[in-house]
Amino acid sequence: MHIKYSMKTALNGLATHKSRSVLTILGIVIGITSIILVMSLGQGAQDLILGQVQGIGSKVIAIVPGRQPKGPTDFISTFADSLKSKDIDALNKKANVPHLNGIMPVVFGAETAAFGSETYRPTIFGVTGLFSEIYNIYPEKGRIFSDDEVKSYADVVIIGSKVKEELVGNDDILNQKIKIKGRNFRVIGILPKKGQSSFINFDEVAFIPYTTGQQYVFGIKHFNRIVVETDTESAVAQTVEDVKVTLRNSHNIDNPDKDDFFIETQAEAVQMVSTITNVLTLFLAAVAAISLLVGGIGIMNIMLVSVTERTREIGLRKALGATEKDILVQFLLESVILTAVGGAIGIALGASLSFLISIVLSNVLAVNWAFTFPVGAAALGLGVAAFVGLVFGIYPARQASKKSPIEALRYE
Amino acid sequence: MALIEAEGLEKTYDEDGGAVTQAVRGVTFKINKGEFVAIMGPSGSGKSTLLHILGFLDRQSGGTYRFDGKTIDDYSPVELARVRNRQMGFVFQTFNLLSRASVLENVKLPLLYSDIEESLWNEKTMKAIEAVGLSHRVNHESAKLSGGEKQRVAIARALVLDPQIIFADEPTGNLDSKSGLAVMETIQHLNEKHGHTIILITHETYTAEHAERIIHILDGKIDKDEKVGHRRRSDEFSK
Repeated sequence: MHIKYSMKTALNGLATHKSRSVLTILGIVIGITSIILVMSLGQGAQDLILGQVQGIGSKVIAIVPGRQPKGPTDFISTFADSLKSKDIDALNKKANVPHLNGIMPVVFGAETAAFGSETYRPTIFGVTGLFSEIYNIYPEKGRIFSDDEVKSYADVVIIGSKVKEELVGNDDILNQKIKIKGRNFRVIGILPKKGQSSFINFDEVAFIPYTTGQQYVFGIKHFNRIVVETDTESAVAQTVEDVKVTLRNSHNIDNPDKDDFFIETQAEAVQMVSTITNVLTLFLAAVAAISLLVGGIGIMNIMLVSVTERTREIGLRKALGATEKDILVQFLLESVILTAVGGAIGIALGASLSFLISIVLSNVLAVNWAFTFPVGAAALGLGVAAFVGLVFGIYPARQASKKSPIEALRYE
Repeated sequence: MALIEAEGLEKTYDEDGGAVTQAVRGVTFKINKGEFVAIMGPSGSGKSTLLHILGFLDRQSGGTYRFDGKTIDDYSPVELARVRNRQMGFVFQTFNLLSRASVLENVKLPLLYSDIEESLWNEKTMKAIEAVGLSHRVNHESAKLSGGEKQRVAIARALVLDPQIIFADEPTGNLDSKSGLAVMETIQHLNEKHGHTIILITHETYTAEHAERIIHILDGKIDKDEKVGHRRRSDEFSK
């Protein structure tokens, strides 16, 4: 029989039992929807995190105090105070790190900021003026602090848009003083609305000179990070090695296993994030795939019922000249059409849900969550759905094709 | 030359529990091309079983059966399907129509399994529908037709590929007498005007007497094989 008519016959067969056909494909719909949802949201999450990482800039190296954690029970806190001023001096020597373009010590912590009776608890970052370049954020009003202000422990602060809003609403706060840990800081800059980037919510921060931060706000002598910027992207790998050697010398460490610091680069972070999100996505997709299996068994069950119900029809078709192959193809097409339609609905549903979730996440979490339609997963989903139909349809279809015409015609 | 040659045909069934039922017991006869033969007998006499063997729908347990000179074993399953498709037409007591399909779709069904060019399908289908007088019902859903009309659709389906022979198994069994006569008129017309060989299974004498020859079956054996002296004509009944 011509494939066009096999298809038509199969579609007619399915249309006869509309509600049953719809219920049958539900398992497949749920399975494919879950897979598309997981893949799409996984891709969205990966893009978001990678966007954050890439926001740091590809020429930036972060030196983190403490030993690099080797497993889930290993904590970073060991040697957490290992980065000191002398390290800055050592790193600043051209002979030690020739490709160094800029260096910025960082201290941070949460403290309450007050303006009159209004208070807000931003994350306070003690940095240098280099932060603008590294994080690619410049004050909307006012300015960044100068090197002199850093050196002279100046009480100046640049605040994020939300901090400003919480403290004075729409009023102007530039050049006025806010209190942080009992000390008056003059607001010299207000940052534009930027939201989350580089793992920092720039709307909820206050930047002060790191010297002031160490001395008056956090009361520490060490740094929480040292950020190094290289002159070119290609110099990153070399600079990482130079920094390690310099710091080992500065810390008197002979054995690299005993390092009391570790280095994070954008490339490493990108790789790590990709690995983690890929593994998570695949794991979730595998869980979703189980519902495809269940859906497939549902299809087989219903197709067997259908074959029994339509025994007389099979007998008639054989009496009228249908071959075993004709009957086999007809029933196989029915199950493949069922699963393929289920797959298509699942793809549309999964993509729509993922789109809605991306809108909700963008608004609720104030992150730039981009909706991604996973073309590969969609094609794979449709293929897998049709394959499930083929695999689980073969047994019922063979049962149908093997029926003797007269046994089938006699069937009551 | 005989179209159908049955020699010592036997058919036994193994029942559940080991018992063996012998439905056909050594039946021998010949039917020529263009003949209209009724196989008549009471319920359980083995006439339907015989028809199924003659239509290559079932296989005999003993004896030989030749259709157009060949036995069932001369064909592969695919060739057998082709013989049923092109050379034989079937009409069943219970019509066996696809109830949701239209008259046109039902009659077209054998063409789907044939090697006839698709461009000729509609013409052949319409011709068959016209032959049974249902041109005004072409697009009707089969389930909504009367019993007599349903059986005429089944007849149209049987003759759409212009087969050598039409097997009709109790075609009037589920019909009222008026519809039954209309169906018999159609069958008689096919035989006399178009030369189709007809084998009719029935347990009713007046239906059987539309044929030119009656083979009486009793307990799986031929009881009598006789020419019909005065063939009934459907128009006689309607007068």
